[in-house]
Amino acid sequence: MAEDLHEIVARALMLDREAITDDLKYNSIPEWDSVAHMALIAELEASYDVMLDTDDIVAMSSVGTIREILKKYDVEA
Amino acid sequence: MLKPDLLAGRVALVTGASRGIGAAIAKGLVAAGATVWLSARTLGSLDAAVESLNGLGAGEARALYFDVADPAAIKQAFGTIQKADRRLDVLVNNAGILKAAMIEMASVEMMDETYGVNLRSVLVASQYAGRLMARNGGGSIINLTSIMGAQGFAGQAVYAASKAGVIGATKSLAKEFAGRQIRVNAIAPGAIDTALIEGLSDEKRQETVSSIGMGRLGTPEDVAGLSVFLASDYARYITGQVIGVDGGMVV
Repeated sequence: MAEDLHEIVARALMLDREAITDDLKYNSIPEWDSVAHMALIAELEASYDVMLDTDDIVAMSSVGTIREILKKYDVEA
Repeated sequence: MLKPDLLAGRVALVTGASRGIGAAIAKGLVAAGATVWLSARTLGSLDAAVESLNGLGAGEARALYFDVADPAAIKQAFGTIQKADRRLDVLVNNAGILKAAMIEMASVEMMDETYGVNLRSVLVASQYAGRLMARNGGGSIINLTSIMGAQGFAGQAVYAASKAGVIGATKSLAKEFAGRQIRVNAIAPGAIDTALIEGLSDEKRQETVSSIGMGRLGTPEDVAGLSVFLASDYARYITGQVIGVDGGMVV
């Protein structure tokens, strides 16, 4: 079982796990700006052992879409 | 000159490593103990270099064949490194082409080819390197620019433009990556005795040498020394710099 996505997002954005939902959107909170997005991408790649396409990194606009996009990489987050 | 364990445990990628400056840089990094992926386009062109580097009794050399002009191939190459080593500490963007042409005679195809190999490859490789390096707490990206990038040269507008672009990329990436402890610097060689300037006439060669304060052409090893330094912890607080290796051509 892969590590929980909310856990990873919380760690990368330095937020409490309770603050993370699938509806949370990129750039909707100060903690998830473009710099934090890069930290999140690095965390996702390391945790799930994948190498994301640039287009997918740009498309990861919410926790929910991240979960969807990861399926393309055979990751059930 | 180098401590054999200076880069022990570090993983590096050197593009355009089959000859000239790239080959010398790969050798310098292996001699300092690093595991080095040498890359080139032509299948088989790295075999001799890899074998001889693995005989140094220092680091390790491996061949990786791909075309830096192809972004998909760059991605695949980084995937190979990620799978094998799970880390990257040093990226040397060295692969480059130089086609001299007066501007009126430079074709659009030649412009695009030069831009693709000399500049876009640096940007694309940095996308993947940045993420891979960030995982292990940082790294060093070394971009090869040219004295022509900052100074210009008649008959080299296309090449010089691509190399000036490398300087802009270096400084921007240094700022963007600093927080992730990834250093980005550029090396600006002057006239180095490699295949790239072999085409010069004796007269032109003499003229070039006379413009060099130290009175000789540079060698690929002259450039490799700086690369090893920039890759190492000795350079741990140095980023965003363009350092000339030109024997006093530009001071």
